[in-house]
Amino acid sequence: MKIAIASGKGGTGKTTVSANIAWTAASMGRRVAYLDCDVEEPNGHIFLNPHITDSRDVGHLIPQVDPDKCTACGKCSKICAFNAILCLADEVLVTPELCHSCGGCVRVCPEGAIQEVFRKAGRLDVGYSGQIRFAQGLLNIGEVMSPPVIKMVKEEGGDSEIVIIDAPPGTSCPVVETLRDSDAVILVTDATPFGLNDLKLAIEVTRVMNLTFAVVVNRADLGTREVFNYCDTEGIQILAEIPDDRRIAEAYSKGRMIVDTLPEYRPLFEKLLKSIEADLLHNERQNT
Amino acid sequence: MKELVVISGKGGTGKTSIVSSFAALANPAVLADCDVDAADLHLILDPTVVREENFSGGNRAEILQDRCTACGLCHELCRFDAIIPNASANGNPTYRVDPIACEGCGVCAHFCPEQAIDFSPAVNGKWFVSDTRFGPMVHAKLGIAEENSGKLVAHVRTHAKQIAQEKQMDLILIDGPPGTGCPVIASITGADLILAVTEPTLSGLHDLNRIFKLARHFDIPMLVCVNKWDLNPEITEKIELQARNNQVGVCGRIRYDRSVTEAQLKVQSVIEHGNSPAAEDIMKVWEKVSGKIRQN
Repeated sequence: MKIAIASGKGGTGKTTVSANIAWTAASMGRRVAYLDCDVEEPNGHIFLNPHITDSRDVGHLIPQVDPDKCTACGKCSKICAFNAILCLADEVLVTPELCHSCGGCVRVCPEGAIQEVFRKAGRLDVGYSGQIRFAQGLLNIGEVMSPPVIKMVKEEGGDSEIVIIDAPPGTSCPVVETLRDSDAVILVTDATPFGLNDLKLAIEVTRVMNLTFAVVVNRADLGTREVFNYCDTEGIQILAEIPDDRRIAEAYSKGRMIVDTLPEYRPLFEKLLKSIEADLLHNERQNT
Repeated sequence: MKELVVISGKGGTGKTSIVSSFAALANPAVLADCDVDAADLHLILDPTVVREENFSGGNRAEILQDRCTACGLCHELCRFDAIIPNASANGNPTYRVDPIACEGCGVCAHFCPEQAIDFSPAVNGKWFVSDTRFGPMVHAKLGIAEENSGKLVAHVRTHAKQIAQEKQMDLILIDGPPGTGCPVIASITGADLILAVTEPTLSGLHDLNRIFKLARHFDIPMLVCVNKWDLNPEITEKIELQARNNQVGVCGRIRYDRSVTEAQLKVQSVIEHGNSPAAEDIMKVWEKVSGKIRQN
């Protein structure tokens, strides 16, 4: 069961919800994995303090041109939709950061002068946090493309029965790559106008991708009831409300888990996990 | 003409609340919302759209079913799992393109032996020029689950610069996206000054460290301010120390203040909302930031 935790807006509490659900599931004896797919700014490790057992380079394939074979015919730069390979008068220039690894240039080259080589774009860490299987990706600074790194992180769920996927903010390619193939998506928002605006965008993404989703409202008593009215009108299930409790903000600031520091919130996360499994996924099975 | 871009690494640290307040203080400036994934600046500035255009950042493949012989070459060549076989009664599948998975590389269209794949410009989003009470604003909306956010960001900035030139305005205020990847890099390259807004949490500190590296990588001067600093004074000090160790200037602290959310509810910047601890602190930050950008 793959559950992705997402939001349009940043800072709404994705990592808080992800890490605390993973902790709760593990404490109930479930086999659980936490995968941090926010590879531009992964923060889950701050709360889960994982013991990393394996770290490896991840990246993508880029073209390497053999100057002895290249006739500078220009077919490679013509097929490249991303301006990653540029044919000059007598040589070919590759801009690796722009390459999407589509393989077009390799195939189109009439001289067989291009081969693909691995290029590092980031790092993948795998390990354990207590009973929780942990993995995170880290995109190198200056790199533009996170999807190849996200793809590698998503393969690290192992044989866990529950895989919690912590998504990046936004609504574009990194989010799409993260949410693909999830069994359910939990959208975390806060009760402010910014939160609601970005929640609506995130809902559109899950709808376009045809994914089952529900909402968790964080700092639920902070601003307005509008987010509740909206979900009500749209028939969207709100699985949990986390109050605007300064103690939660302080625990977060120190990198502490809510369920650990403030045990009175344990039932909230237990109930949340139960609702995801019982209501959300059950309804999904009935619908399909 | 100078470009000031506000970023944060971590999301939700208060970028947009600060940019809208700066807009009120700088009045007039050209405003650019470069968080094209999840734009929020318009929720405070309430823009009147005067120009709306489609944005095309690339092409998208579509299989012309009447020409397709279902040879399967496109399915074999596509590295993004974007060519989907349809089940069929006689066992020979037909194919279609999953528009969400399609990266727009065009390999399928190029190698199709029947020229049965159309590869035309896709509309990836919209961009707008608007009037606001603090000056002209350029903003955009990336289509849902679309590609090319970096190109759309670059487009927004180019237009903001054009407007600044035409109207002879000397400051462009850019509300940036979270993260360190494609849209962030497109927001900061060639800008005159970065203001990094962070919060006193271990996550904020961790993410800010990556922003220090990013600014150094692209060689852009940067200042840092800590929002909601009193939530954890100890980490605030740590952040400011880290900034100094990275030769990054510290330009102030902003207190945690519920009036920031109250202002948002009233479609006002924190400054317009009236006297408050946060408004007072933001004014001090603005003095330093505007002074620094004039020097650069």
